[in-house]
Amino acid sequence: MKTVEEIKAAIEAAVPGAGVEIVMNPSVSGQHSLRLAPSCAIDVAKFLRDDAELALDFLSNVTGIDWPDKEITEKVKVTRPVSKTVEGVEKTVEEVVEETRKRLEPGCLEAVYHLYSVAKKFGPVVLRMRTIDRTDQVELPSLTPIWRSAEFQEREVFDLYGIVFTGHPDLRRLLMWDAFKDHPMRRDYREPDDFEYEPTAHDDVLKRAQEHQTPTGQPGSGAGQ
Amino acid sequence: MSESQSHSATVAERPEGWNRPVLIQPSGDGELLEVAMGPHHPSTHGVFRMDVALDGERVIRLKPVFGYLHRNHEKIAEGISYLGSMPYTDRLDYICPITNNWAYALAVEKLTGQEVPERAEYLRVILGELTRFQNHASSIGFLIQEMGASGTPLMYAFREREKILDLFEKLTGARMMVNYMRFGGCRVDASPAWLDATRKVVAGLPQFVDEFDRLLSSNEILMARTQGVGVLKADLAVNAGVTGPMLRASGVNYDIRKVDGYGIYNRFNFRVPLGDHGDVYDRFMIRLLEMRESITILTQALKDIPSGPIMDPKARLRGFRPKPGEAYGRIEAPKGELGFYLISDGGPNPYRYRIRPPSLINLTVLEDMCLGHDVADVVLIFGSVDIVLGEVDR
Repeated sequence: MKTVEEIKAAIEAAVPGAGVEIVMNPSVSGQHSLRLAPSCAIDVAKFLRDDAELALDFLSNVTGIDWPDKEITEKVKVTRPVSKTVEGVEKTVEEVVEETRKRLEPGCLEAVYHLYSVAKKFGPVVLRMRTIDRTDQVELPSLTPIWRSAEFQEREVFDLYGIVFTGHPDLRRLLMWDAFKDHPMRRDYREPDDFEYEPTAHDDVLKRAQEHQTPTGQPGSGAGQ
Repeated sequence: MSESQSHSATVAERPEGWNRPVLIQPSGDGELLEVAMGPHHPSTHGVFRMDVALDGERVIRLKPVFGYLHRNHEKIAEGISYLGSMPYTDRLDYICPITNNWAYALAVEKLTGQEVPERAEYLRVILGELTRFQNHASSIGFLIQEMGASGTPLMYAFREREKILDLFEKLTGARMMVNYMRFGGCRVDASPAWLDATRKVVAGLPQFVDEFDRLLSSNEILMARTQGVGVLKADLAVNAGVTGPMLRASGVNYDIRKVDGYGIYNRFNFRVPLGDHGDVYDRFMIRLLEMRESITILTQALKDIPSGPIMDPKARLRGFRPKPGEAYGRIEAPKGELGFYLISDGGPNPYRYRIRPPSLINLTVLEDMCLGHDVADVVLIFGSVDIVLGEVDR
């Protein structure tokens, strides 16, 4: 069993400019992972599968994770002019003040791959890839051409999380029906009102459904269908 | 049989670097027939659909359609406590609830680093192997039933399964929805009377396997229908993530009980049966041989089981909050590699809860195995994969 550092070094030697980053796992499981730059992911995956020493021929698990936008409240020290009365005279003095600022950390979608080696009997080696954002730049390269076992699992991630895997031979929804529009595993998913229970939604039923979809205070949140 | 073999010879080899099945060209004389097998086809063991395109009797395209039983178990589990999902795992592969419990408990124990006491490990092995035995027996029974032997082998298998389910009921209170394992141990201890009853049942199992073997293994119709049908090559099986008896029937020596040695499996002597041809017959035979190995493990475990506690004394049921981090734990479930991937953010419920379902991933190669065969063989090939829809759709 090689450590993640050794695997990272092997990847960087084989694929120039791979941009591999180690993500440490604080849990006792000790399963640290490697974050790949999506642009080189196919080359890295091919190397991991075909390298004689690693021989990671078995992709066990593929899944998605949703990291929504996070509002971070932090205290920052800033220097700013403050008018003060010093010895009876009003003056403007530069002073260090602590200020509470809110910062929006943009969210993303993440795909996680667990690899094992059947030939060498070791694992797991965990790969991760992140999309740029959660709304319109959600493409990641598909690893199905390298490991066929990603075929259904990437379809499932596309279905439930909305990550678009470019290069996937047959990217359709897996579990939800084709006409379904949202991605239920996202953390801000709002499930629809029980519209199937009311076959003819009109008047007060329709109003109630609309209220459900756009909760007060968040006009046009757009979640749910 | 010989006809289907000549058909399969027309399947072109997969081109290098693109591991998709190549569709067979229709012969040209006649029209294609599209058949929706399912969602209420008796052979699908639940609600599952295969959209099959036929040229005469020959399958030239097969697309599985999932989701009829989807209830988004993962989403539900992310909203409730860690322990709250334990009973829900029973409903994944409802033929083998114990191994589902085990995989989930193992993943959480990896996340938190909890120790499992010796006696609990033995109980897990005993129940896990009983589960494997009854799963393989009934899956063979279903396969033979689909071949047209209506009833007899399946009822023989169910007769034994009933004895095992009675043991589950005595110990856990439920025949199928057992909710038995806890993080760091098991829920209830086995009494000496229960262990004696189990020893008695296990002592009777070899006789049943012999009977099953004599009844089926050299049956001419079974051999004619299954040999050379649905062949899965070893390299494709590994690449497509096929696990469990299906992978070993293709000749790949990969049993997670041996590879990971999770629990206390490295203490037992057992062999890993391997197939030669990777056809339906080999998958049937591997399951039969694995039943014999399960009996070997059961006999050793029932002999050696120590006394002692069954729960980690430090384990907490209330206020259970693992430290932030993630873990992937997997076991050799009767159907293949069952894994749970958990991410904790330090809260009382998991941030991410993912199940790696062997039943779903083993179906990746269903089309490859069926192309070129007759439509009647699709039922057999599908049956030999051994799936449960509760786990496929989750």
